[in-house]
Amino acid sequence: MSAELVPTIGLEIHVQLLTRTKMFCGCELEFGAEPNVHTCPVCLGHPGTLPVPNEQAIESAIRIAVALGCEVAPRSGFHRKNYFYPDLPKGYQISQFDVPLATAGRLGGVRIHRVHLEEDAAKLSHVGETGRIHGSGASLVDFNRGGTPLVEIVTEPDIDDPAAAREWLALLRTTLRQLGVSDVNMEEGSLRCDANVSIRPAASPELGVKTELKNMNSFRYLERGVEAEIARQREIVESGGAVEQETLHFDPAGGTLTPLRSKEYAHDYRYFPEPDLAPVAPSAAAVDAARASLPELPEQRRDRYEADLGLKPEVARRLAFDASLAAFFEEAVTAGSASAPAALANWITGDLVALARERGLEPAATAATPAAVAALVGLLAAGEVNRGGAREVLEVLVRDGGEPAAIVDRLDLGAGDPDELAAIVKRAIEEDADAAAKVRAGEGKAIGALVGAVMRETRGKADGGEVTRLIREQLDL
Amino acid sequence: MSDPRQLTVAEALGEIGDGSLSADEWFDAYAEAPDELGAYLWRAKGAGAVPTGGEHGPLAGTPVAIKDIFCIEDVPTTAGSRILEGYAPPYTATAVERLLAAGARLLGKTNMDEFAMGSSNENSAFGDVRNPWDRGRVPGGSSGGSAAAVAGGLAPCSIGTDTGGSIRQPAALCGVVGMKPTYGSISRSGMIAFASSLDQCGPLTRDVRDAALLLGALGGGDERDTTSIGFPEPIAIPGREDLEGLRVGVPSELGLEAEGIEAGVRDVFERAVALCERLGADVAETSLPNARHGISAYYVLAPAEASANLARYDGVRFGMRVEAESLDEMYELTRSAGFGPEVKRRIMLGTYALSSGFYEAYYGSAQRVRTLIAGDFAAAFGDFDLLVTPTSPTVAFELGARAADPLAMYMSDYCTVPMSLAGLPAISIPAGLAPPDGGGPELPVGLQITGPAFSESLILDAAHAIEGAVGFDHRPKLAEGRR
Amino acid sequence: MIDREQVLHIARLARLRLDDQEVERMAAELSGILEHVEAIGELDLEGVEPTTHVVALENVLRADVPAPSLDRERALAGAPDSASGSFRVPSPQA
Repeated sequence: MSAELVPTIGLEIHVQLLTRTKMFCGCELEFGAEPNVHTCPVCLGHPGTLPVPNEQAIESAIRIAVALGCEVAPRSGFHRKNYFYPDLPKGYQISQFDVPLATAGRLGGVRIHRVHLEEDAAKLSHVGETGRIHGSGASLVDFNRGGTPLVEIVTEPDIDDPAAAREWLALLRTTLRQLGVSDVNMEEGSLRCDANVSIRPAASPELGVKTELKNMNSFRYLERGVEAEIARQREIVESGGAVEQETLHFDPAGGTLTPLRSKEYAHDYRYFPEPDLAPVAPSAAAVDAARASLPELPEQRRDRYEADLGLKPEVARRLAFDASLAAFFEEAVTAGSASAPAALANWITGDLVALARERGLEPAATAATPAAVAALVGLLAAGEVNRGGAREVLEVLVRDGGEPAAIVDRLDLGAGDPDELAAIVKRAIEEDADAAAKVRAGEGKAIGALVGAVMRETRGKADGGEVTRLIREQLDL
Repeated sequence: MSDPRQLTVAEALGEIGDGSLSADEWFDAYAEAPDELGAYLWRAKGAGAVPTGGEHGPLAGTPVAIKDIFCIEDVPTTAGSRILEGYAPPYTATAVERLLAAGARLLGKTNMDEFAMGSSNENSAFGDVRNPWDRGRVPGGSSGGSAAAVAGGLAPCSIGTDTGGSIRQPAALCGVVGMKPTYGSISRSGMIAFASSLDQCGPLTRDVRDAALLLGALGGGDERDTTSIGFPEPIAIPGREDLEGLRVGVPSELGLEAEGIEAGVRDVFERAVALCERLGADVAETSLPNARHGISAYYVLAPAEASANLARYDGVRFGMRVEAESLDEMYELTRSAGFGPEVKRRIMLGTYALSSGFYEAYYGSAQRVRTLIAGDFAAAFGDFDLLVTPTSPTVAFELGARAADPLAMYMSDYCTVPMSLAGLPAISIPAGLAPPDGGGPELPVGLQITGPAFSESLILDAAHAIEGAVGFDHRPKLAEGRR
Repeated sequence: MIDREQVLHIARLARLRLDDQEVERMAAELSGILEHVEAIGELDLEGVEPTTHVVALENVLRADVPAPSLDRERALAGAPDSASGSFRVPSPQA
């Protein structure tokens, strides 16, 4: 029996910044445009052209760095990373190397190793057998995306399971979205994630050999890809083999991992300082200002929900780490003075999310408004509708919208007049004296028959708790 | 009317001003002159075919020859390389735009060593350039076509680029004035990069006054080049006739002890130093102890930067391509067919110097040597206003003489490279004629005058005084038709 | 000093194809040049800062304001091969 093997995961995230223009030239950024309509001599790498950095991109990168709690370098420089590929017009990528923009941060318990700025590559698409040369494939290059400002975020290997990796990436996305610096859309490629995965015996302090998983373009694929890779490594180690350092591509369709064709040429990026660009040296005042201007970030919001609103940790986290859900919740809290935040939070993270998901929507995108949800939770708290009825009302709200009290009336879901309910209880006790005697005698289970009778009479609209209370009251218990 | 091709720019502008010459006559005299030197790669058809702009600018009507390293929209631009054959850029270099805005008119694109790599112009993919003083000899390089055109009556003035001596050395070998200004004074946008931290544009002219005229038009910060800052003050038109009150240093390492210095060059240089004293300068010997390592540092830094700068010539977006089945094959065949031997040599050298395991030993060390050399200059300028050295250790050599020995060719830049590494301004002016070692015709010898960063006006003033005292006749004896 | 294998490795990194003769010549020439360059090994460079830029500038930036792009026809005009509004290359997978 081999020792228990534990995985170690580190993430490398690329974030396209939401600037109007490219990193080093004035070409506009537009997703989904016709190919090569946003290019110029600079981003096509024409002879004699020089890069001029986008001030907004640097500001956004600093904003990201301080939001991740990093130390921003007082002076960092650009380097050239040299390699040949058709999506890289200059034959080198302008990136940062020995002194990145920022280091040593932390988000959601995961340490951030570094944050640096670089330029994105162009889009390369394979078009099969249409090349000029007989029998060979060809690729088309579209430089619209080439030169998009990119921030690379590298974590320390602090994550220990695939689901946690997925959750952490979601937290990062929410944080970045909150900053307004990126679309952070994985499908469109404005958020991209690679993972470094290794396994080691639980007792060993030393990390195992790591492999790199490339470009998993959804949260689900990240989780599944890392899962598959851990399983693959486990199998190798358990059968006495050694994991080799390599780069793998995850195919979500088959759930398989394939090594990226080991390059014919060994990589040697020959980094050297970019002579065309002056160093970036943000003043301490500028960094402080960036820090001061940060909005409330998910982790702070979670703490506030727990401390000020008394939400349970898990509920607080679920709301706080989802910016749109958090906004919905806060609007509902503001609207619904009668409803307790904790009950609202439970309804929103529970039934509302579930009902919205059935329709493939976020709660905010459904017909239910935060005010309506708050009003519904208020009716429930006042006993004017029971839990089952409230759930029915919520379904209507999600589908058609509307005003909860009106829906309760229209569907006749109201718990009814308290006096009327008391009368029904009284009748039920009279009609089943046997059960009433047993309850009086302390046979607790017998109350079920009485409650059932009341519920039948009210066609399920009465609140179960209230019915029980009334029965005990009338039996003088 | 005198022969317009004999005039300096200032003289011609004077004649246009008093009506004795028209700008079109001036232009056409050059446009129609046969190019027997191989100086041009592309020529404008004639005055009528050239757009005129800035008619009231300081260079209004001035025909100018542009080194083929500057991009000009829709004008063939090759940097002397097969790999850019047929390339017509979609934009124009800032330096060229500034000249045109000052009223200059494009005469043609001049021949050069491929990607400015060379000291003889023999590395052009489109043929050698001949030295107008002796057509069996090289004009120097890499701005060989520009220097030969100005010396040989094919252009009144030109612009070139200087990375380690590529303006100054050909100016010296062709007997014209060539100036590399302070790094950052003229925009590099549109200037095809060889070594980005060293490349600088500058003028080649018949006299010092013209150099000042062009420099004034060229200089200026440019939002397209983040390393450009322009001149802190406008360039003054030089008028000084003496060197009274100036302290002039003669660095022994780059002077009489310069590696490979010819006897004739040494004589002319010694006479020039004596002349400086006669003009009133306080002349003394000084030292730049690390300057002798300039060539070593330069031949690491420049090829390293070049290896990256030349990676964009990959057959994808512009220029030539050799078709192949696989991408890597296409890259390799294209680049091997498109680049000449010297360019390949430097790409190899630079790639090696940056490769894993060698970076610190080569690139890192060379950057530190650069710091030492800049420190040497800073110390010398504590004691002196200007430094003088020979521009080139030798006069123009015969075509083919150094082609087989790259290191010997590299030593042509021995006296000019240290200033480039330190980013300093330096001018080469003709100081006289001397025969090569072993005998031969008398050929021009250049005197290099260097000052602190942004001391262009002082350098030009001193150069003007020395030029007047030397009394150099800038016209090569073309009629004698040596060889 | 530089052998055949190193020359071939460097040539591959630089995407240059050299024939046998060129490889031999390159090995000899590069060795000669590097021998000269290595004279800087004599210098005491301990504590000397490397110079990357001779002009001490910082934060030279551009406002995030769009500038006109090239017409697509213009962008593709110089391309050795193009199709469907794009630059065409042999497939990297080939």
